[in-house]
Amino acid sequence: MAGKDANTRTIHVGMIARVEGEGALRVTVKDGQVRDVELRIFEPPRYFEAFLVGRRYDEVPDIVARICGICPVAYQMSAVHAIEQAFGITVNGALRDLRRLLYCGEWIESHTLHIYMLHAPDFLGCHSVIEMAGAHRAAVVRGLRMKKAGNSLVSLLGGRSVHPVSVRVGGFSRVPTRRELDGLKDELLWARDAAAETVRWVAGFEKPAFVQDYMFVALQGNGEYPFNEGWIASSQGLNIAAAEFERHFAETQVPYSNALQCTLKGQSYLAGPLARLRLNGDRLTPIAKQVLRETGLALPMSNPFDGIVARAVEVLFAFEEALRLIDRYEPPASPTVSVTPRSGTGMACTEAPRGILYHRYVVDKDGVIREAKIVPPTSQNQRRIEEDLRSFLPGVLDLSNDEAARACERVIRCYDPCISCATHFLRLEVCEAGTGKDGG
Amino acid sequence: MMGAVRVIGLGNLSRGDDAAGLLAARLVRDLSGNTMDVCETAAGGAGLPELMEGADRVILIDAARCGRKPGTVHRLDASACRIAREDFPCSTHDMGLADAIELARALGTLPKQVIVYGIEVGSLEAGADVTEAVRLAVATVARRILDEEATVSCTKSI
Repeated sequence: MAGKDANTRTIHVGMIARVEGEGALRVTVKDGQVRDVELRIFEPPRYFEAFLVGRRYDEVPDIVARICGICPVAYQMSAVHAIEQAFGITVNGALRDLRRLLYCGEWIESHTLHIYMLHAPDFLGCHSVIEMAGAHRAAVVRGLRMKKAGNSLVSLLGGRSVHPVSVRVGGFSRVPTRRELDGLKDELLWARDAAAETVRWVAGFEKPAFVQDYMFVALQGNGEYPFNEGWIASSQGLNIAAAEFERHFAETQVPYSNALQCTLKGQSYLAGPLARLRLNGDRLTPIAKQVLRETGLALPMSNPFDGIVARAVEVLFAFEEALRLIDRYEPPASPTVSVTPRSGTGMACTEAPRGILYHRYVVDKDGVIREAKIVPPTSQNQRRIEEDLRSFLPGVLDLSNDEAARACERVIRCYDPCISCATHFLRLEVCEAGTGKDGG
Repeated sequence: MMGAVRVIGLGNLSRGDDAAGLLAARLVRDLSGNTMDVCETAAGGAGLPELMEGADRVILIDAARCGRKPGTVHRLDASACRIAREDFPCSTHDMGLADAIELARALGTLPKQVIVYGIEVGSLEAGADVTEAVRLAVATVARRILDEEATVSCTKSI
């Protein structure tokens, strides 16, 4: 997209490599100043919101699992909690623990994928994990084995490793036996140590000095590092129930993206691992706390490039937490609590790997969905990503369009944006104003 | 004795023709009377090295875009040559199918034989049904896989 005059330069990244799914970035620079930063995300949750209307409540977990192949558990968890709130149901005890355990598996799968396969190549000067497999083979093998350990948790609890099928409103269709869970322990213990090694590894990566002033938003409460429950808290003092989400957070449409951008009282904010660590660092498990301390990195971490460290710390936490939950597991008498549909509205927020994920459902007396609203974490971080790019760009304007585009991609990857629920097949395209020449 | 064969379907059931790989894998399972080792994944390429573990021969089925008519079936031998990543851009998440194969090759974990069936897709609209051309191709691929495995089995038995 060429600009109107020779002083205007447009950097257009038509496909963002190694980001879940796809997105596009368009940056316009005029007279040496960054004018527009437009991150385009193509996102189908609006389709799913419409698709859910008219469906029975018990179909919802399986439908929302298809929104994302990377974080289906998060979509299922926010959905069942919201519907349970509408029905006046509370899930406690072993079933609650199993939900945390399932979430451990998803965080491990998702974070390990991002750390090892998508993000580490940026810090190691590799074009991709395939190149990394040559020079850093042991690390790649370790990452794949850790991811597999997370898969084993999701497979056992969810019925299979992707698009779990056992999650139900009120609990699960089946719960594991003690013996099945005990069978995972040896590998989880290995993976916990591998996760500690991962924290040390990524903490040693050289990162650009790029500290930002963030408003962090994450769940907080119950004295535990958050997965399924808690208040929505911010580093600026917000403390609300999920039911109040829409009174404080607003979604707006921007003309260049079909993903809505979410703001908190008109301001951008950051959700995800860095935010969770900022608001829940004292609730980490003991080894995670100790290993983080040993890295010398102090909380809050406000450099998005440290997101890889935050993810690694959360993987370590998730393995420790999984082992703790397995050790105290006593199979519940029933895999689900009694569920009786009633009309009402339910809202819930849970911590997807990439940040808070909000769902609201209006259900009628027969348990049929009449209205659905889904606010995924990537649309919440979208404005913040644009603002960070705006700060980052002046430092790379001397580079060629191609190099600047690559540098911008590295910034975007820090947030692990999940735009997989999005359109595909975009091609990389860099346009220079005035030349009419496409590079890429 | 014939080594272990595994059929892996990739795709997303909620994205129109992107479901092709999953539907073909299911059809193989059904037509084989559940006798073949078939699995599905919607999580893209990063899980593939793990899914291929333990198999001597793997048959992958995924949606493809190589600029041909929707429903065109491509058959590639990944054990013999690299797969062009641009032909399989619609492995919807994380790494694509081609990257996953190359990662396994780089790590030395690629099964002895990896056959890739790519089904040329048309619409990938969220919530859309599979188009008729792709539905026909799904059936074609499933039959070809079963025929081929029957031939391999016969050859090995002789």
